[in-house]
Amino acid sequence: MAGQSDSTMSLFSSEEIEFMAEDEMTEIVPNLRMDSLNFICGDYGPFLPQLAAQVPLWLALALKKRGKCTIRLPQWMSVENLTRVLEAERDSHAFQPLPFHYIEISRLLFDHAREDIPDMYMVRSLVEDIRDVRFHKVETNLEKFTASTVTWKNMSAMEVNVIRAFAGRALQAFYKHDNEQQTPDTDRALDKQPQIPTDRPKRNLKPR
Amino acid sequence: MATEESASVMDDYEMLISTTDVELLKRAWRNEKAAPEILQFESSLVQRIKEQIELAEQNEEIFEANNIEPLTVSLYQMDLDRTQFLLRSYLRVRLQKIEKYLFYVLKTDEYLNRLSKQEQMFARRCTDDLGSHLDETVLAKLPDNYRSILKQSITSEEDDMVPAPRLDTFVICKAKQYLSGLDFEPEYSMEITEMERDLLTFVCYKFVKKPLENGKIDLV
Repeated sequence: MAGQSDSTMSLFSSEEIEFMAEDEMTEIVPNLRMDSLNFICGDYGPFLPQLAAQVPLWLALALKKRGKCTIRLPQWMSVENLTRVLEAERDSHAFQPLPFHYIEISRLLFDHAREDIPDMYMVRSLVEDIRDVRFHKVETNLEKFTASTVTWKNMSAMEVNVIRAFAGRALQAFYKHDNEQQTPDTDRALDKQPQIPTDRPKRNLKPR
Repeated sequence: MATEESASVMDDYEMLISTTDVELLKRAWRNEKAAPEILQFESSLVQRIKEQIELAEQNEEIFEANNIEPLTVSLYQMDLDRTQFLLRSYLRVRLQKIEKYLFYVLKTDEYLNRLSKQEQMFARRCTDDLGSHLDETVLAKLPDNYRSILKQSITSEEDDMVPAPRLDTFVICKAKQYLSGLDFEPEYSMEITEMERDLLTFVCYKFVKKPLENGKIDLV
């Protein structure tokens, strides 16, 4: 059988998010010469030494691991830009524009391309601070759910993935309670999704 | 105004011709994973990807035979692995959904038509096996009125033991272009009137079913 009746099949694991992030284009400077690569997912190359080229992240990391290139840091990951973004995150309630996969990209670059990042420790601590501030905002925003449709500007892939299950169930419950005329059939016990503990305020019970 | 419109039409056209099959497969995989019901099978896309994978596998063997540099070989292998993963995961998610809503899928023509030929065969064999298994183990031993797989008892008016996909689950989506009220079903016009492009939106799945089918929305 293809799999158990897995109710979590609609959730993406972190690895799958990383998989999607690895398709982002990055710039590399190869130190070898290689003919064009005609992949199923596109054509890249030919590569000449010291000439910058645009390749997907997974290819860049593969070449980097074998010592065949250096990865050029993306624009948005410079210390100045990150400091500016961090300031802006702290000052406003909205999310600052950052690449959708910024967490995955920065993590992969820290793990595999350390030498190519000037001021690596500074950059890393900035990214972590940004992550913390943003996630804190996510948490405070969650407390403000009321409408049936919620929009978020500039949230990134990992942040969205982390709250997907909880927020989905919460919004569904809000929606259900808003539209009381739904038939009882929608509450079938056959819908075997595991109960995720939620922080919704409990009903006030009548004092005894 | 006309130039702006034609510029955006050109953008769409360029995007269309430059989108690779792998991009399309990735989008189909993401949508399939996030949606609570099974979506239309992308038979031509899957066919093309299969052919490209076979070609790549043949190239692998040619490389091995010609002693091409191992670096290049391993890079081609990585690309092949990634594409195979997407294809397999896509098919696997669909099979999971079929298994989950087995009887409902076979009952409803709309869903049945969204399956590929092999998936339909799989679904039928599955129901046969499951049906005969349940019959032998449990149903034959129940009193006469309760022996159906689909109905709780003969007195039920409809197949009330068949779970249907929950279309009111919430999904996260992003619109590829500005959507006005016309793009949504009229009965939901009270709930949702527009959607800006590239804005992450948490929304009830059934509201966005129509634009999803028209390819104007991506689930995230």
